[in-house]
Amino acid sequence: MKPGRMMRLGGLVRKEWLQVIRDPSSLAIALVLPLVLLFIFGYGVSLDAKNVPLAIVIEKSGDKSNAFAASFFNSPYFQPRLMSSIQEAEELMKRAQVQGIVWLRDNFDADYLSRSSPPIGVIVNGVDANTARLVDGYIQGIWFGWLERQLEVRGESLKPPLQLEQRIWYNPEVRSTDYLVPGVVAVVMTLIGSLLTALVIAREWERGTMETLLVTRISVFELLAGKLIPYFVLGMAGFFISLAMSYFLFAVPIRGSLILLLAVSALFLLVALGMGLAISTVFRSQFVAALVSLVVTFLPAFLLSGFIFDIRSMPLIIQAITRLIAARYYVSMLQTLFLVGNVGSILLINSLYLLAMALFFLGLTYLKTGKQLD
Amino acid sequence: MHKRHEQVIVAKSLGKRFTRAHEDVRALAGFNLSVAPGQVTGLIGPDGAGKTTFMRLCAGLLTPTSGELQVLGLDTVQQTLEVQGLIGYMPQRFGLYEDLSVRENMDLFANLHGVPPAERPARYQRLMEMSGMEPFGKRLAGKLSGGMKQKLGLMCTLVRSPRLLLLDEPTVGVDPVSRRELWQIVYRLVEEDGVSVLLSTAYLDEAERCAEVALIHRGAILGQAGPAHFRSQMQGRTWLLRSRAMSRRRLQMQLLKVPEVLDALGQGPAVRVVGREGISLDQQQFPGLEDLVMEPTAPRFEDFFLAALRDKAEHDAAVPAAMSLEMGQAAPRPATAATSKQTQFSDSSTDADSAIIRADKLVRRFGSFVAVDQVSFQVGRGEIFGLLGANGAGKTTTFRMLCGLLPISSGSCTVAGVNLRSAASAARAKIGYMAQKFSLYGNLSVMHNLRFFSSAYGLSGKRRSERIQWALNSFALSPFAHVSSQMLPLGYKQRLALAVALMHGPEVLFLDEPTSGVDPLARREFWQQINQVAEQGVTVLITTHFMEEAEYCDRLVIMAEGRVLAEGTPEFMKKEYGGKDGAAEASMEDAFIGLIKMHQETEAQA
Repeated sequence: MKPGRMMRLGGLVRKEWLQVIRDPSSLAIALVLPLVLLFIFGYGVSLDAKNVPLAIVIEKSGDKSNAFAASFFNSPYFQPRLMSSIQEAEELMKRAQVQGIVWLRDNFDADYLSRSSPPIGVIVNGVDANTARLVDGYIQGIWFGWLERQLEVRGESLKPPLQLEQRIWYNPEVRSTDYLVPGVVAVVMTLIGSLLTALVIAREWERGTMETLLVTRISVFELLAGKLIPYFVLGMAGFFISLAMSYFLFAVPIRGSLILLLAVSALFLLVALGMGLAISTVFRSQFVAALVSLVVTFLPAFLLSGFIFDIRSMPLIIQAITRLIAARYYVSMLQTLFLVGNVGSILLINSLYLLAMALFFLGLTYLKTGKQLD
Repeated sequence: MHKRHEQVIVAKSLGKRFTRAHEDVRALAGFNLSVAPGQVTGLIGPDGAGKTTFMRLCAGLLTPTSGELQVLGLDTVQQTLEVQGLIGYMPQRFGLYEDLSVRENMDLFANLHGVPPAERPARYQRLMEMSGMEPFGKRLAGKLSGGMKQKLGLMCTLVRSPRLLLLDEPTVGVDPVSRRELWQIVYRLVEEDGVSVLLSTAYLDEAERCAEVALIHRGAILGQAGPAHFRSQMQGRTWLLRSRAMSRRRLQMQLLKVPEVLDALGQGPAVRVVGREGISLDQQQFPGLEDLVMEPTAPRFEDFFLAALRDKAEHDAAVPAAMSLEMGQAAPRPATAATSKQTQFSDSSTDADSAIIRADKLVRRFGSFVAVDQVSFQVGRGEIFGLLGANGAGKTTTFRMLCGLLPISSGSCTVAGVNLRSAASAARAKIGYMAQKFSLYGNLSVMHNLRFFSSAYGLSGKRRSERIQWALNSFALSPFAHVSSQMLPLGYKQRLALAVALMHGPEVLFLDEPTSGVDPLARREFWQQINQVAEQGVTVLITTHFMEEAEYCDRLVIMAEGRVLAEGTPEFMKKEYGGKDGAAEASMEDAFIGLIKMHQETEAQA
């Protein structure tokens, strides 16, 4: 070790730490942002359809039509409104006050009794494709349920030639929170890691402190380590907050090993810090660096990491692009470790990708940080 | 070990080129310099001459393109870390960490320079005592005044004793009191520790404080000697001229038209004249000025500087004018022939005695902070009136209130007979304003700028083309009409900004620090323009932190902490507060420091 290295490094880390503590904005990014994002995604954003407003048109009231309508009222997924004309329902749909229409014609009861299979009209608002599919499925489910009960009453049973035995693994209740929250952890880590560090080297250039640092005996390694260490600590603090909230508040299970979870998070944090430092070193302006880091790290972590949108359903070219997004590997590992358990093959391959990226970005920063001004 | 007689810096035909925006910039070329140990050597030259580049080369922050550079006998490229271990370098903008306290900043630099913890208390003690910063150890650096920040920067550079200290324009924008203190620290280091110092500056008066001076211009050294040597070369070329019949300002303008006169500057009630080389001035050269009193006066360092650069500029002026678009170029003397045209700026210059600006107990608060506190003064028509003070004294805030750009918290103010509190926009039609960073559109040509601003002021048709023609003629901008304004040399940019502020023929012209960051030559030329404007009846209000510029004002106020400390003519200020009882003439800086000290004493008593 070079003489005086510990003293120089200690001085730099201490300085950086004091700056963090005295600058409310960086503390806010590291500690308050995870809280806010997790609250929004844990409570606010849900990809499940619940309480969907639905119009039920009964043109002519009868026992069967009323009984069919009643099964919608018993479902937690719908908030049905009864009406007597399709025009009224269509108007409501146009104004987006209902997501779908179930339409029972005036001959429903009569046809049912004469066993001539009366049709049920179903119209779903397809503007939000995802919700439309869910609503469609729920309506079909209710219909099948009702049909079964009707047959039971008659003493018959619906016997399809094949029987479907359905199980949902890893998230049996199909709670979207359980898979969103691990994804949010990745977004939070990206933001803390790259946004904070994108600012710090550019700030040294802007405030003229870099020139002063460069004439001391400090080496590039010390300069970068002095930046990495404090923000690594801060990023891990943000991670622990996210982890505690996921587990205690949102009751997301942690089925894998906690140690592995920590290890892959630390690795990902290094990648994020590396990206931030590289951006900051190249652009030397806080404003530009902040914008660039939002566009190249935060947005892709949001959109292309598979955290909300499944990568496999993207066009091939976009899928290829997601290979460049570090968050994608991390999200995949997080979802595995939270919901599935320790799956060696997934963890290994994704960790290798992250390791390569960390080396790339930190190496780039190292090479780009000269001890010269030009 | 270190040998005392060895030169601390040796530069041999040093060259440095940059590529900036696809253009090759030659910062240094054929640069030769040797700096002697154990003394203060000054590197003096206008902005853009290459001072900072040379400092950075010495500090190992840049690599020379050609030539040789040795610092303390070491090669700056091969042995960068060794050099950096021995020198102290204070960049022009010393990067203090503003969110760290004074003490924490010092600790950081002590760690970075590897000062053993055991040595620190004694070193800190000495630095604190030298700089008088002891009471402020826990204060955040961001909350220090400009002068104190600069002292802290120096302390951080000195946490360990360097053999060579490189100071890049350490006194720019620093108030005169702190400036003196900084110099005292530098002298003590040289005397007590035998430190060698290379100091760059654009303040010509600081040359006199150096043991040796190297003049740098356009990337090369013009000469290197003791300041006295430079002064002696100007022996017999400087006079003080006085006339009873003519106002100082008019006399100065007349003198500038005499071909033998290289420079004429207001000084007290007289005009200080520098003659051309080999020419002796006498009364006969000024026909029509019968009562002219002429006496020789001692030359100053800046006379030499001026003569050297102006000679160079005039040699270069043989090249077509449009070629001289280089930074740091001393512009040839402006074609002040425009005076003969006597364009009337304002047609209401009849009642010369009445005050055109009356500020009465002006107050401006920002929250609980009182930026301007009970400021009162009056400015007569056609006067050049100065507001002098350090950064943060309240000059700019006062100015903005007078221009109607900032609401007044209390007090009253009339400009050209219009009350600013009730009719700010009516008053604005009568004033011209040139902001600190002149607001020109860099990528528009001179002509387009003039066209745009004249229409912004509501001029149109014949009047508009007249004014544009006037601006091109009186500020000698015609040759540059189609040059984009960012390409103009600084001096011409300034003229354009001034022309723009005068497009609508205002009665009052406000100039907010128009000369900060401008080299001494361009500054003088700018003042000639201002004199010309004032001579034509426009009242000029100007803020400045250059002490010598205060001399060019008819009257001025000195401000500190939002208050007016004194009001009067420059002669009155120097006599009253300069503290030199008639023996030697006090400078404006002496007066300023005297006044601030008096103010601090009365504050302390209260």
